[in-house]
Amino acid sequence: MASAIEFENISKQYRLGVVSTGTLSHDLNRFWHTKVLRREDPYLKIGETNDRSHQGKSEYVWALKNIDFKVEQGDVVGIIGKNGAGKSTLLKLLSRVTAPTTGIIRARGRIASLLEVGTGFHPEMTGRENIYMNGAIMGMTRSEITRKLDEIVDFSGCERYLDTPVKRYSSGMIVRLGFAIAAHLEPEILVVDEVLAVGDAEFQKKAIGKMQDVSQGEGRTVLFVSHNMGAVKNLCKRGVLLEQGKVKSTGEIEDVIEEYLSNSIKDSSISFKVSQKEKNKFNSFRILNSNGIETNSFMTGESLFFEIGIQNCLFDNSIGIGLYFYNLNGEKLAGTTSFFGSVNRINKSNESSNCLVKLIIPQINLTAGTYFIELVLAQKNVKRLDHYEKIAQISIVDGLTNIDSHLGYFYINAEWIIQ
Amino acid sequence: MNDWTTIIKPKTSLFHVDFKELWQYRDLYRMFVKRDIVTWYKQTILGPLWFFIQPILTTLMFMIVFGGIAQISTDGLPQPLFYLAGICLWQYFSESLTQTSNTFISNTHVFGKVYFPRLVVPLATVTSNLVRLAIQMSLFLIVYLYYFIFTDAAIQPNLYLLLTPVLILLLAGLALGFGILFSSMTTKYRDLTFLLSFCVQLWMYATPVIYPLSTIKNEKLHFLMSLNPITSIIETFKYATLGVGSYSPYALLYSAIFTVLILCTGILVFNRIQKTFMDTV
Repeated sequence: MASAIEFENISKQYRLGVVSTGTLSHDLNRFWHTKVLRREDPYLKIGETNDRSHQGKSEYVWALKNIDFKVEQGDVVGIIGKNGAGKSTLLKLLSRVTAPTTGIIRARGRIASLLEVGTGFHPEMTGRENIYMNGAIMGMTRSEITRKLDEIVDFSGCERYLDTPVKRYSSGMIVRLGFAIAAHLEPEILVVDEVLAVGDAEFQKKAIGKMQDVSQGEGRTVLFVSHNMGAVKNLCKRGVLLEQGKVKSTGEIEDVIEEYLSNSIKDSSISFKVSQKEKNKFNSFRILNSNGIETNSFMTGESLFFEIGIQNCLFDNSIGIGLYFYNLNGEKLAGTTSFFGSVNRINKSNESSNCLVKLIIPQINLTAGTYFIELVLAQKNVKRLDHYEKIAQISIVDGLTNIDSHLGYFYINAEWIIQ
Repeated sequence: MNDWTTIIKPKTSLFHVDFKELWQYRDLYRMFVKRDIVTWYKQTILGPLWFFIQPILTTLMFMIVFGGIAQISTDGLPQPLFYLAGICLWQYFSESLTQTSNTFISNTHVFGKVYFPRLVVPLATVTSNLVRLAIQMSLFLIVYLYYFIFTDAAIQPNLYLLLTPVLILLLAGLALGFGILFSSMTTKYRDLTFLLSFCVQLWMYATPVIYPLSTIKNEKLHFLMSLNPITSIIETFKYATLGVGSYSPYALLYSAIFTVLILCTGILVFNRIQKTFMDTV
């Protein structure tokens, strides 16, 4: 099958910091080099990969560097990656909001981008007027919109409010209306950024369903960026994993998601600065998934395996380990200690030694989000021997069933019977 | 295969302006015009009456300050009529200019999310201001007819009235040309916004809005005034409707050539900037 989109050596450079006084001198310097001396742009050579956590030396960074891939016609491609990996920049280039620094993108057919729903809505205009406004911005003609007006209104479920100014709408209604218009665009290529993150669950289902119809029934190409792994897995056939502005891998969506989830090893390993002589200290900490791969991303419902090393420790009944989960606000959500519950003691020696403690959480019921882990080694009712307030950070990503924070922090496995 | 319909490249040639695409987005242009007009005076009590109140108040102010206190000549014409003629045209120009010069900055949120030919926005601004001009022209007409019928003021309309559409077109072209040129430059260097509002104010005094060109006796000054492309436009309009002022085909031709040049420069620069302005704005 013919490819619908081809990215050829796409790079995008951004200048960091404030655009102000330095800009003029750089502009003049660039002009001097490229136009007068006819040499290369001096600022294109410098620039580093985009790693947000490290302080770089250069003022210029490459948000995308040498991106090369093809999208087949009719494919639904999920673009995943950590924050700052270049996902949004890629979509921006594709939707022509900004131009690439080098390279070329070729596409067959009309590209409609949904980086946001309801772009150009004017609060003072009525729903009907805004449908025409937004449709026109998306590239529809007036007659096209008139033809689909009933369908759009029906899909959005905002019929009663059609002649009310949009400023009186609830935010959910604005999203519904915006998505309804976008869903009826009928472009050959649809580019969607995380617009589904808003709106209630019912509407999200409807929206995902509509996008599936678009791709399966009508053979359109869809590029989809989301952090909602469930939605990505549900919707996409193929995936592209971006890391620091480069394509890390492409392929079947399951493989790419798997790689993404097990990709964060660097973040989960912690260095312990303890001298060998000290007693009762943690000296290693690892989090593994059910495949034995070190990671810190899990889906709701997955199993967690912890391996905690302690040096010079006489692990008798008076000593225990506590492991607690905190949310980003610093509230303790849940925890477990080796003083209670099922504890299986294999090492029964009476001398201090290095021991490895394994903790298995068969099913993590936290909903999607980021959580901190606190680790405590304590002598019962006496004192804390060792303590790490934030030994690791794990991110729980959404499974298949929209288990995210609007359910609260915990997912309850429940059964409904409707009679 | 070469049937690509969309090709996205870092830079296109300087002179590549996609007018065909612009035409495809004519419905959007229409919607923008409508939006401007619908939302102008939303949530004001007097609503569209403001279209009239603004020029009336300005005229009154001019009558007091320039006609009364400074006693500047109006070539023997009733002051309200003389000032109103100038104000209508000048306000059209200055409003269009300041609004189009904000194109990139005030539309960042839309431009940052979706692509369409950016030129649609300033074009729509200039057009929607035409509607305001038309309404204000009707006010001018009422005052005009009053003086024509009920007083014996020396008003001599003549056939040059037929030039009015051309004059307005020239003004629109100048406002658009200067506006998009400024808007392209302000994306990176915001300093120009402050400069512009000051320039527009000065520009009005360099244009025969509140005084007739005939009061300028100094020849050097007269020459400098005629370099201003708007001078001949306003003078011609006053000549056609009121019978005073000056009309010279050469001066008008100069304005026309100036308009075409500034418009072309503006479009080329704007076209160049629109591709990457999101990175610098």
